[in-house]
Amino acid sequence: MSAEIAGSAGLSEEPQKRQGQAAEGELGETRRRSRLRWKKKDMPGGLWVKCDACSQTIYRKDLEDNNMVCPHCSFHFTVNGTQRVQMVADEGSFEERFGGFEAMDRLEFENNGSYAEKVKKTAEKTGHAEALVSGLAEVCGRPVVLCVLDFKFLGGSMGEVVGEKFALSCELAASLKRPLVVFTSSGGARMHEGVLSLMQMAKTCSALAELSDAGGFSICVMANPTTGGVTASFAMVTDLVLAEPGALIGFAGPRVIATTIKQELPPGFQRSEFLLEKGHVDAIVPRSELRETLAKLIDYSSGS
Amino acid sequence: MAFEKPIQELEEQLREFEELSDRNNLDASAEIAALRARIEESIDAAYADLSPWDRVNVARHPERPVASDYIAGAMDDFFELHGDRTFGDDRAIVTGFAQVEDQRFLLVGHRKGRTMKERLACNFGCAHPEGYRKALRKMQLAARMGLPIVSLINTPGAYPGIGAEERGQAGAIAENILGMFSLEVPILAIVIGEGGSGGALGIGVGDRVLMMEYSYYSVISPEGCAAILWKDGERTPDAASALRLTAPDLMQLGVVDGVIKEPSGGAHRDRQRAIDSMRRVLLEELKLLKEIPKAELLKRRRAKYRHLAAVPGRFPESGAATP
Ligand SMILES: [Zn+2]
Repeated sequence: MSAEIAGSAGLSEEPQKRQGQAAEGELGETRRRSRLRWKKKDMPGGLWVKCDACSQTIYRKDLEDNNMVCPHCSFHFTVNGTQRVQMVADEGSFEERFGGFEAMDRLEFENNGSYAEKVKKTAEKTGHAEALVSGLAEVCGRPVVLCVLDFKFLGGSMGEVVGEKFALSCELAASLKRPLVVFTSSGGARMHEGVLSLMQMAKTCSALAELSDAGGFSICVMANPTTGGVTASFAMVTDLVLAEPGALIGFAGPRVIATTIKQELPPGFQRSEFLLEKGHVDAIVPRSELRETLAKLIDYSSGS
Repeated sequence: MAFEKPIQELEEQLREFEELSDRNNLDASAEIAALRARIEESIDAAYADLSPWDRVNVARHPERPVASDYIAGAMDDFFELHGDRTFGDDRAIVTGFAQVEDQRFLLVGHRKGRTMKERLACNFGCAHPEGYRKALRKMQLAARMGLPIVSLINTPGAYPGIGAEERGQAGAIAENILGMFSLEVPILAIVIGEGGSGGALGIGVGDRVLMMEYSYYSVISPEGCAAILWKDGERTPDAASALRLTAPDLMQLGVVDGVIKEPSGGAHRDRQRAIDSMRRVLLEELKLLKEIPKAELLKRRRAKYRHLAAVPGRFPESGAATP
């Protein structure tokens, strides 16, 4: 499904070309390296990937060249923080901020090993210290503050560091007068930080209230899956709320709902298209139109 | 609740003694006094050493005072306001104008009900989006009228269901949290029972946030946490301990501003005393909150949550970026 407010006119040419160049240019090396990493860790199958949605076998390079979208059924694979930044930001424009913040095991939370240990291992595996990657970037030449929640990092869950980096990003966006662009993919609050993680819902909303009062502009793009405390806080109250096609988006997870009501859930329930129909998102934007759409919306946000 | 067993047995004995002495006109006053003292002792002993899971069960006790008890027992006036003017009137959230002595305010609270019929009508305190929207609408009205807001939190969580998702549960809670940062009147929030996750926070942003002594406040229910992290329902008490969800825990973490003492043995043992304590604190708190200049209120509330429970110096950038 294509974006309702992202037409086909305007900026359509440029991003396509950019992505084409990037695949052959300097980014090629980074991509090759990250491809090696997936091969080893995430996709042990080797050169071929099976689509979660249509079960077709896809040549891995075709999938990567297509922004991790299935060429057969357009299923949008969940991408990690690095892939998302590469997909959205102009080549070489991303400058990470607040990258060193690390989670603290303030509750000394133990379940099958300590939380501190889990965070350490996840950071080694993902190459990021925390689930939110934040920084300055340009999208089709428009300067933005970019935040990306990485589902690979403990399910993209929001603890103190994610909340803090989000709030700092709002403040950065206000002081630099740049739009805030956020991508979410998250299971919600990080249980290991207990009520401190719950309070990040309030922290992120307080930062958004400040940004809004300062005349700032914010866009959130929800990717598969976005649920729980992230959906029920900043993700749903940015100025514009977008979704990737077919993404699972909701407050409660489908399994919790099915258990509570003791019923099977209707097909398509809690998917982006369902949310659009019910009036909860502004538009659904496929990855092929993502950059041009963001650029267009940023242009609209500065008035006539 | 297992830890209440010995207390209940003693209470049972006491009742028998009292009946016996009434019926037969016997003087059992010495035995009765001794039993009373033993009950006191066993209550104190049991409650001095409650596990976090025990506390969760006290917070859920069916005899524990709920919003309607606080309204009936602490408010001198209450006028209920219904409905979100869009979809319906969610019984799981009560809103209305209230007065205690000379203090007028808007009361918002989760409603659990006491009888089984009431509990079903209120969905056991699990609100739908229209409940959160009703709350926000009335709170915004209160802000325009210059009425402070008192929020009584008592929910296992927002309702997880098809209708709730269709009508935008996540968005409704998010709009409330965001919206509460723009209400230019004092907000006092009190967790009276269960502070269940986002469903609690949806009416829980406050200039002052207090907890009744045996209430809890958590990111997820201990049952949910045990199911997800331990994949074993039997580990629920361990999850309750790990989550640090009791009132003393939240005080220590710096998430809440105060704890209201309950009668010995919990609010369910002496509802009116618990309600009176809450009423006294409410009056004191409202008077203090009203002294904050209007221009300062939002700035302080936002800064409070911006740096809530932060470890000093942990995020050096955040100090500099504060307005
Ligand atoms: Zn496919």
